[in-house]
Amino acid sequence: MNCKRLTLICGHYGSGKTNIAVNLALQLKKQRENVALADLDIVNPYFRAKDSMDALNQNGIRFICSDFANSNVDLPALPQEIYALTDDKSLSAVIDVGGDERGALALGRLSDKINEENNFDMFMVINKYRPLTPDAESVKEVMLEIESACRISFTGIINNSNLGRETTAETVLASVGFADECSKLLNLPIVMTTVEDNIYPLLRDKIPNLFPLDIKRLLDQTERKLGND
Amino acid sequence: MSEKVLMKGNEAIAEAAIIAGCRHYFGYPITPQTEIAAYMAKRMPKIGGTFLQAESEIAAINMVYGASAAGMRVMTSSSSPGISLKSEGISYIAGADLPAVIVNAQRGGPGLGGIQPSQSDYFQATRGGGHGDYHMIVLTPASVQEMAELTVKAFDLADKYRMPVMILADGTIGQMMEPVSFDFKLNEPPAKPWATNGTKMQREHNIINSLYLKPLDLEVENMKRFERYEIVKQNEPMYEEYMTDDADIILAAFGIAARVCKNAIKKARKEGIKVGLIRPITVWPFPNEPFEKAVKTCKAIISVELSMGQLIEDVRLATGGKVPVTLCNRVGGMIPEPEEILEEIHRVANGG
Repeated sequence: MNCKRLTLICGHYGSGKTNIAVNLALQLKKQRENVALADLDIVNPYFRAKDSMDALNQNGIRFICSDFANSNVDLPALPQEIYALTDDKSLSAVIDVGGDERGALALGRLSDKINEENNFDMFMVINKYRPLTPDAESVKEVMLEIESACRISFTGIINNSNLGRETTAETVLASVGFADECSKLLNLPIVMTTVEDNIYPLLRDKIPNLFPLDIKRLLDQTERKLGND
Repeated sequence: MSEKVLMKGNEAIAEAAIIAGCRHYFGYPITPQTEIAAYMAKRMPKIGGTFLQAESEIAAINMVYGASAAGMRVMTSSSSPGISLKSEGISYIAGADLPAVIVNAQRGGPGLGGIQPSQSDYFQATRGGGHGDYHMIVLTPASVQEMAELTVKAFDLADKYRMPVMILADGTIGQMMEPVSFDFKLNEPPAKPWATNGTKMQREHNIINSLYLKPLDLEVENMKRFERYEIVKQNEPMYEEYMTDDADIILAAFGIAARVCKNAIKKARKEGIKVGLIRPITVWPFPNEPFEKAVKTCKAIISVELSMGQLIEDVRLATGGKVPVTLCNRVGGMIPEPEEILEEIHRVANGG
């Protein structure tokens, strides 16, 4: 896909934003030289973009993240480096924003410059199988809360409907109608549907703009220990 | 909600509590369990329930006392340091014979410790925690699905025995996401003729209290309570046995540690070492039976814990010194690698 300079990934808590942001950054690096992934999550204590830091570093992606992420303290702090996202126009970046309106608050302090430059996309990540956002109406409610918190308007939807390790091709296919309803009600295009790479070949011809997610390689170490691999 | 959904463990507890008829939640935020409060804050107003963020943990647990005394199904949740603050109130709840559900998503300690997962509140949960002679029923989920199922069970047990029930989880199970189904059978809550919910001028007023003016009265109440605990010990121990039939070495672990153990067992079995797992699901009452059976055939037991050796004391009590019991542990927010457990299995298999 043709990415703007900044790609903002927002959505409901637990909708899969971090997995998508990490994969998008790796994809973007294939097209551009100067790429960053910024973790603006001030909500989540575990399972953060920092879990994929090795893969990002190995691929030459600049990783902007609070020093306290994945540490033993609970500080909702933002790194001073976040101003590079708006000040350094040679940088292309994917921004992993925290869930719900609480997480989107952190993005608000950059909203003036992001809106002024107007070279961004902000995508709403949706998952039909999350219990608080099972239909278009509830997605719209979360979307309006996020927009009001960060003062930036969405430009598209990413359908990331999944049931974790129990996801099958049918799971994803059954979410297409839901995604279409969201698209209609929110008046936003579905820019991509994301699936784990093992089921990508089964769906490539059935769903437009399908984007494979490498989750296993980037999988958090904790999940591996627990036997979720 | 009969179809599967994808949830964090903490969210599953909150949804299951609502399904079980809990309409009153009082809490105070602390990582890593804040999702429970956040979920309740979103859902309770929509279903006519009460979500209240108290001014402190101490206030929250005493609100639980009040709502429970009025006959309501009520829950609070916290993480280790917050549970310490709630312990005084839990003792009062136990002393007043009130049902209540308390969730502890454990984090590293002692003191402020850290926000990463831990199992080091085992003593606090199984031995009481607060002052005085009392017990809680303590349930230890090992998956998001069990977070939901054991929450419903917790409400039933609390009402049945009129006592506090703790869900002793940890940060990781609270934070991780797994598919979960809420398609389970619900029991009708029992009548609560003891509740202080208004006499309507048709009965004597009820009294909920843990103060007894005469020492003899207090002694009698304590004795009666412990007779009830004996019934709980007979009826309610829960456990899972995994590949124990032919096992020479048995791992003892609950919650998140048991998940890692299963991975280690698969690796050991590939090497031809016969290893199994006894996973207590209730840690009070402790399931002695599978251990009493195991010592007749196994050669050693390894207690695998995210603590400095707390579960191991109950394992030793249950096995009565008949086989050696060793400790394999990580603490401070660390989770053991399956390979670390395998290393201890090797050491024990080679005569330790």
